[in-house]
Amino acid sequence: MSILIDKTSRVLVQGITGRQGGFHAKLMMDYGTDVVGGVTPGKGGEWFEGAPVFDTMRIAVETTNANVSLVTVPAPFAADAIMEAADAGVELVICLTEHIPVSDMMKVVAFCRRQGARLIGPNCPGVMTPGQAKVGIIPAMVAMPGKVGVVSKSGTLTYEVGFAMKNHGIGISTIVGIGGDPVIGTTFVDVLEMFENDPETEKVALLGEIGGSAEIVAADYIKNAMTKPVAAFVAGRSAPPGKRMGHAGAIVDGGEGSAEEKILALEAAGARVAANPDEIPALLA
Amino acid sequence: MKLHEYQSKFLFAEYGIPIPQGKVASSVDEVYAIAKRLGGIVVVKAQVHVGGRGKAGGVKVARDAAEARRHAERILGMDIKGLTVERVLVDPGADIQQEIYLAITNDRGAGKPLIMTSMDGGMDIEELNRERPDAIIREHVDPIMGLRDFQMTHIASAMGLPRNLWRSFGRILRGLYDCYSASDAELAEINPLVITGAGDLLAVDGKVIIDDNALFRQPALTAQRDTGGEPESERQARDAGITYIKLDGQIGCMVNGAGLAMTTMDMTKLYGDADGIGPANFLDIGGGASPEQVAAALRIILSDRNVKCVLFNIFGGITRCDEVAHGILTAYNEVNPDVPMVIRLQGTNAAEGSKIIDDARIPNITSADTLTEAAQRAVAAVKEQG
Repeated sequence: MSILIDKTSRVLVQGITGRQGGFHAKLMMDYGTDVVGGVTPGKGGEWFEGAPVFDTMRIAVETTNANVSLVTVPAPFAADAIMEAADAGVELVICLTEHIPVSDMMKVVAFCRRQGARLIGPNCPGVMTPGQAKVGIIPAMVAMPGKVGVVSKSGTLTYEVGFAMKNHGIGISTIVGIGGDPVIGTTFVDVLEMFENDPETEKVALLGEIGGSAEIVAADYIKNAMTKPVAAFVAGRSAPPGKRMGHAGAIVDGGEGSAEEKILALEAAGARVAANPDEIPALLA
Repeated sequence: MKLHEYQSKFLFAEYGIPIPQGKVASSVDEVYAIAKRLGGIVVVKAQVHVGGRGKAGGVKVARDAAEARRHAERILGMDIKGLTVERVLVDPGADIQQEIYLAITNDRGAGKPLIMTSMDGGMDIEELNRERPDAIIREHVDPIMGLRDFQMTHIASAMGLPRNLWRSFGRILRGLYDCYSASDAELAEINPLVITGAGDLLAVDGKVIIDDNALFRQPALTAQRDTGGEPESERQARDAGITYIKLDGQIGCMVNGAGLAMTTMDMTKLYGDADGIGPANFLDIGGGASPEQVAAALRIILSDRNVKCVLFNIFGGITRCDEVAHGILTAYNEVNPDVPMVIRLQGTNAAEGSKIIDDARIPNITSADTLTEAAQRAVAAVKEQG
């Protein structure tokens, strides 16, 4: 078992004829993901690695019965692409694109909620259920199948931790990259709840960072509703206030969102917090 | 991107919000001329991107143009928290009866615009929030529906605004919301919004922060960017498409990915803090890590004279570590750094990458397997130099 995606997921790639979209669609296929097609306006009728390309999401979903869409289009068009997917009735939309304006994302998140579509991201590495399917850019080599759920705001830090777990013989049920933007479709709590309810997930690793209060809200959830053990790491202890650390959401502002307060809250909730990501496998053993 | 007070207020004026009829000056003579023309009491206000300029002596009231000139002589060129004052705003003095706080910001948790307002304006909102949180009225706006009139009435009533001001307050709130939306602002703040002796509302101070990710569709606002106060190295990095933030430590960090970059900084501090050693910068080289980009990033890191060691931490996912290793060596030969470098490659083709580095036998370069080991070696390399 797993959460969000598995080998039965039928995936469309929005922007499949683009350089990034095509590159990652191919890697997803190689991993065994059922990529049933792609969408690029104006390129309907073409083929990509044996998968049909459509002009619109509506035609693509009607034709392929896809239930997952991966958005890889550039920032100025990404908000529209997500809304198109939600409008077409896709259950799960995963958006990799970074630099989408927050004003767009607020509308997008509200619209997805109204349509009943779950959005992961934006500015995230995607979702991978090791051994079954990956939707996004998480490299195949960083994880093996197992019983630890991983949820993270970051990309390469997730690979780092997944890989360290693999080297210690610890496998993963599903990795979910929720993204480092200020406004995102799926939060830590949403994913923690899915892991809590997934019979095949036994423990959870949570990788947070400075900015916002998502980790504090997650700590509340861990304290009040979680029975499964949680190991955590929060990046940005050494970050000074008022400076944005790459991710649009990673900023300590007005004394809020610091690593210290998040670590304290997670520890108080019973999570085991690592000072160094290399310690995570030991905390999960 | 932050706008200055004068830029924010002039932007507000485009949306029908009443502001004082002041002007910006960059010389003492201009200040004198503006104050003379305005007549009466004026306020000379430093235009810098830091808080607390009033306490630092950057805001002064003058009874006449001659006094305004004397204030300007001190304020122009003044250093406020490391920033030089290059411009001042000269505003006519306002007849202040009451100060209101009014702002619209992105509530990231809720994913909605949030209106915050209070009859206890003038002071810092964070301070007000600590001391009297109940004095702040908060109202979310549905991002799809936009601000509705009933919400404006609700806000005016809840904050205890005198009824005779509801109409003019409503126009200002509508203007501020339109300004916030059309400008892709993260924050549009009027503090204080003043009730004058004549019973009018006037936006006496303003602050706007634009979402950097929306600048591509905000050419008029982008043109107002003031790069003064931004370190030269950060500007160069932005031009090269690299995210770089200068910090105070000795270990230059070059990493792919923002989360891993912060983690790498944290590790240098974890192992170095006891000896006063820590990260010299945040740097996310992004996905590709081509030789050109590595070289550009290396130059930027080394432009900081405090750097005594450079730590590379690359997790190759789609990026292959052997390609990155070639990139690092090419950059090394081009830039010729005189500080030691610790290189840690992990992920796709990591062994091949490390072999390329080791085979090059450069005395200044060592490789490390884990992040812990890499951080410890970098700290040791700085310690060795005393």
